[in-house]
Amino acid sequence: MSEVKSREPLFSKKNKKLITDPLNDNNPVTIQVLGICSALAITVSVAQALTMTAAVIFVLVLGNVIVSMLRNLIPSRIRIIVQLVVVASLVIIVNEILKAYLPDLGEKLSVFVGLIITNCIIMGRFEAFAMGNKPWAAALDGFGNALGYGIILVIVSVFRELFGTGKLMGYQIFGNAIAGEETGLYSIGYYNNNLIILAPFALITVALVIWVQRSRNKALIEEH
Amino acid sequence: MDLINIFIKGVFIENMIFAYFLGMCSYLAVSKTVKTAVGLGFAVIFVLGVTIPVNWLLENYILKDGALAWLGAEYAQYDLSFLSFIMFIAVIASIVQLVEMIVEKYAPALYGALGIFLPLIAVNCAILGGALFMQDRQYSTIGEATVFGIGSGVGWLLAIVAIAAIREKIRYSNVPGPLKGLGITFIITGLMGIAFMSFSGIDL
Repeated sequence: MSEVKSREPLFSKKNKKLITDPLNDNNPVTIQVLGICSALAITVSVAQALTMTAAVIFVLVLGNVIVSMLRNLIPSRIRIIVQLVVVASLVIIVNEILKAYLPDLGEKLSVFVGLIITNCIIMGRFEAFAMGNKPWAAALDGFGNALGYGIILVIVSVFRELFGTGKLMGYQIFGNAIAGEETGLYSIGYYNNNLIILAPFALITVALVIWVQRSRNKALIEEH
Repeated sequence: MDLINIFIKGVFIENMIFAYFLGMCSYLAVSKTVKTAVGLGFAVIFVLGVTIPVNWLLENYILKDGALAWLGAEYAQYDLSFLSFIMFIAVIASIVQLVEMIVEKYAPALYGALGIFLPLIAVNCAILGGALFMQDRQYSTIGEATVFGIGSGVGWLLAIVAIAAIREKIRYSNVPGPLKGLGITFIITGLMGIAFMSFSGIDL
């Protein structure tokens, strides 16, 4: 693995790549196929997606740094349990913060905050990167991957919230949908597609994102 | 009767994959052939069937608000539910490790079939998700919790075997290049999810 030398500048080319790579060509959701569960379940509204992204950034950056600092102390036989304890403690912090300051959103995210623990992005980054790199590089890698995850979440949730409810972040974009006093698009006969709010459409939306991404970069296409 | 209800609900209506997307990572990674899918599916049923009752005991006798009352009246005021994440995941990780060792010692044939999948399962969201749903829905007896665990496991097996069978066949179809592999699997899972929604009815 690439060790970052101490005299290397903090944002050298290699370190920048740690952040920018996961945003597109090595995206954790669409390319590495990690962290799908939460990416699908909580993308009903943009607000939920943003909260989840913030939570994952917090857990992944701190977790990566902690695991990276402990990497020489963890016996490899029990590393999974040690890693799980690190994530679980961080997730408990996130959960308590959500309960205290954003109780409504926390209620909607329900079990999916807890499921950050088993979000494969986190364990995947711990295993693949934090166990073999210094804390600063691990922090950047964690930030990049969490951001790559967040981008997909936001794209999918914008699509679903806009076409499913006609709103974005709770603001009406297409006009007023109340029967009898429609304004905007609704007055010329537009209807919200309520199917898009339902769970299966999250999968289809992600598939569309994958389609667009892989059409732009042919190197990512799989054999079968 | 209640138990049968919970079982059928777990398998079809509240299917782990199609209704909640739990365990998607391994669902996508291990569904390339039916044989491995069956192996992982049975391992999930097994682990869910063991960990959910254990976590139920933990929840009801240690973690829940007032659950420590059996230790004496002065303990009844404690609410340890904020610890549930770390306790559940610790139970799951250690039971998976324990099960692996027991199976290896006493049932080598079963170990040969499930062995490589067991460590994978500790970090499968379906297992932790099952425990958290169990906590959320507050099953009243350990029997209900066990049946819920086994039912969700069977639902998971059903989903992964179905998608593996479809993926084996779709290899011979002419899928648009960029959708090959991951993309088409997502779309098929979505369509299957819509089909499974008919068990509960689609409410628009």
